[in-house]
Amino acid sequence: MESIGVLMACPMNPYLEQELHKRFTLHRFWKVPDKSTFLTTHCNSIRAVVGNASAGADAQLIEALPKLEIVASFSVGLDKIDLAKCKEKGIRVTNTPDVLTEDVADLAIGLMLAVLRKLCESDRYVRSGKWKKGNYMLTTKFTGKRVGIIGLGRIGMAIAKRAEAFSCPISYHSRTEKTETKYKYYPSVVELAANCDILVVACSLTEETRHIVNRKVIDALGAKGVLINIGRGPHVDEPELVSALVERRIGGAGLDVFEHEPEVPEELFGLDNVVLLPHVGSGTVETRKAMADLVLGNLEAHFLNKPLLTPVV
Amino acid sequence: MESQPSQERNEQPTKEVPHVLVMKPPPLLTLFEDKFISTKFQLLKAWESTLPLHQFLTTHAGSVRAVLCSGASPITPHIIQLLPSLQLVVTASAGINHIDLNECRRLGIAVTNAAGVFSDDAADAAVGLLIDVLRKISSADRFVRHGLWPATGDYPLGSKLGDKRVGIVGLGSIGSAVAKRLEAFGCTVLYNSRKPKPWAPYPFYSNVHELAVDSDALIVCCGLTAETRHMINRQVMVALGKQGIIVNVARGAIIDEKEMVECLVHGEIGGAGLDVFENEPSVPKQLLELDNVVLSPHRAVFTPEGFMAACDLVVANLEAFFEDEPLLSPLIDE
Repeated sequence: MESIGVLMACPMNPYLEQELHKRFTLHRFWKVPDKSTFLTTHCNSIRAVVGNASAGADAQLIEALPKLEIVASFSVGLDKIDLAKCKEKGIRVTNTPDVLTEDVADLAIGLMLAVLRKLCESDRYVRSGKWKKGNYMLTTKFTGKRVGIIGLGRIGMAIAKRAEAFSCPISYHSRTEKTETKYKYYPSVVELAANCDILVVACSLTEETRHIVNRKVIDALGAKGVLINIGRGPHVDEPELVSALVERRIGGAGLDVFEHEPEVPEELFGLDNVVLLPHVGSGTVETRKAMADLVLGNLEAHFLNKPLLTPVV
Repeated sequence: MESQPSQERNEQPTKEVPHVLVMKPPPLLTLFEDKFISTKFQLLKAWESTLPLHQFLTTHAGSVRAVLCSGASPITPHIIQLLPSLQLVVTASAGINHIDLNECRRLGIAVTNAAGVFSDDAADAAVGLLIDVLRKISSADRFVRHGLWPATGDYPLGSKLGDKRVGIVGLGSIGSAVAKRLEAFGCTVLYNSRKPKPWAPYPFYSNVHELAVDSDALIVCCGLTAETRHMINRQVMVALGKQGIIVNVARGAIIDEKEMVECLVHGEIGGAGLDVFENEPSVPKQLLELDNVVLSPHRAVFTPEGFMAACDLVVANLEAFFEDEPLLSPLIDE
C-alpha cells in the first residue's frame, strides 16, 4: 500500500504518524509551504485524509482531492468534516468512538472536582509558599450536587455513571428523551440549567448545538452554578461565558475546549474559580494508542476491501 | 487583674450551665461560632485569657467535665492531669491522633469524634487528587495560564484511570467511600486494613508492602497511630513502582516524607497527590518544583456542608452528655 497517498491534516500523534509513514505515502499538510500548489500537484495520488478535532476535511479540501475515498478522523467528533459533501461523493468517513469514552468522562469528573474543591487553586497556594495556619478557605462539597448533562450519548452516560457514585442526582437534555434511563429529562437546556448545580456539555457539535450554552442558559445556571465543557468550544458562547465568570454571575467553569484553540481568553487566567485545560479529553498514552490503531485499522480495512471498523458514513 | 474569659454573647453567665473547655478554637468554631450556642452548655475560651494555659486551667477549669479539642490543642496526659473533673473529650475532626486514648481509657474519659460527616468530602478530595495527578490537571492548567499552549502545542499525555489497580490503605468510612467512587471509573480496588472487612468485596492484603506490589496507586485513608507512623516507607514506595501514584488525605506522618521526596525526585515513584504533610504548614521545597505532584493545604474536608454537619454532631454530642443521654459518635475500640 506504499503508493497510496494519505494526507495528514495536522500533527496529532507521533505513533500514528510513524505508522502512516511506514504503510503509505504520507503527506504532512502542516509542513507544506504552499498548500494550493501542493494540492494541484498531488491531487491524483491522495486517496485518504486523516484529521482530528482541530482539522479535518472541509468542502474546499474535498473538492481539491478528486481521488479521495476515505476520511479517517482521530477523534469521535466529526465537526471538522463536511459529512454532507462526503455522502454526496461516496467518500467513507470513520471516527474513534468508544475507545475514548472513559477518558473523556474521567476528565469531566476530574474537572468538576478540581473546580468545586479548588484543587488547582490549592496547589498554586501551596507552591507560592503562602500556606499559614488559620487561613481557613472553604471549598464546595461535590457529593450530592445535581449534575445536568447536555447530550446523553456514550460520553454523557459514562459521566452519569461516575457522578452517581458520588450520590449526584442526574438530569439531562437530549434531542429525544431516553426512556430507557431513569435520569430526569428536561425538554430545554435552560430548564436543565435552572435545575442543576453542575452543567456538563457532552453532545456532538452540529449546526443546532452551536452556542447551545448561551446567555440565557448561563443566567439560568446562576451564581452558584458551574459549567463543564468537554465537548467543543463552539458549544458555548465564549464571550458571554467570560463576562459571566469575570462578573461572578456564574459560580465557576472547567473548560477543556475553547472556540479558537489554542487561544484562550486571557481574562480567565486570573480567576480562581476556573480550570483551563489544553484539550486533553482523550489525552492518555493508552487511549491515544487505541485511537491511532483504530484509524490505522479503518484505513487498512478500506484499502483491503474489508468492512470498516467504525464507519460513520 | 487578669481578664475574665468571655461568656457567650447576649447571655448572662449562669452558674447552672456547665462549661465546655476550649483551649484553642478549631476551624469549625472560628467559622461557625453561631452554631455553638446552646442552652445546655457554654464555652470556656482559654485562648481569650491573658493567663498562660497551665495557670488558666488550674484557676478556672477544675470543675470542667468536657473539652472540645482539635489538632492544634492536643489532649495529652499533662493536660488531662490539669482537668480532674474531665469525663468527655470531643474532637471536631475525624482524626484522633492528637488525643492520648490510652490515658482516656484508663481514666474512663469518653471520646467522640466527627467521623462519618467528613467521609464524603475526604473521599471526593482523594479521588480528585488521583485524577489530577494521572491526567495532569493542575499542571496543564498552569501551562494554559502561562500562555504556553499556542507556542508549545500539545500537552504531554497523561495516564488512563480505569485500568488502574488502586490499593486503599485503611478501609474505614473514608476508605470505603473512596472505593465506591473508584469502582464507577472501572478501577480494580484492593485494600489493607488492620483486619479484613467481611462486607468488602475487594481483595484484602495483610500488609501494605504486599498491597503496594499489586497496586498502581495507593490512597492513604487510615488513622495515625504508633503502628501506622511511617508505614509507607521506602520499601513500600519502591514496591509501588516507577509509575506508582500515592494520594494522602489522612495524616502526613503515615508516610516517611523524607523518603517520599527522594523517591519522587529520583523517579522511583510516578507522582503524588498530598493534602497532608509531616510538619504542616511546612512543605518540602523539592516538592514545589515537581510537575507530577499536586499539593493541597490540609483542606480535604473544608466544605461548608461538611463543617456544618460536624458542628451539629459536636453540639449534639455535648448536649447528650450534659443530659446524661447516650453519645452520638463515641469512639469504639475496633
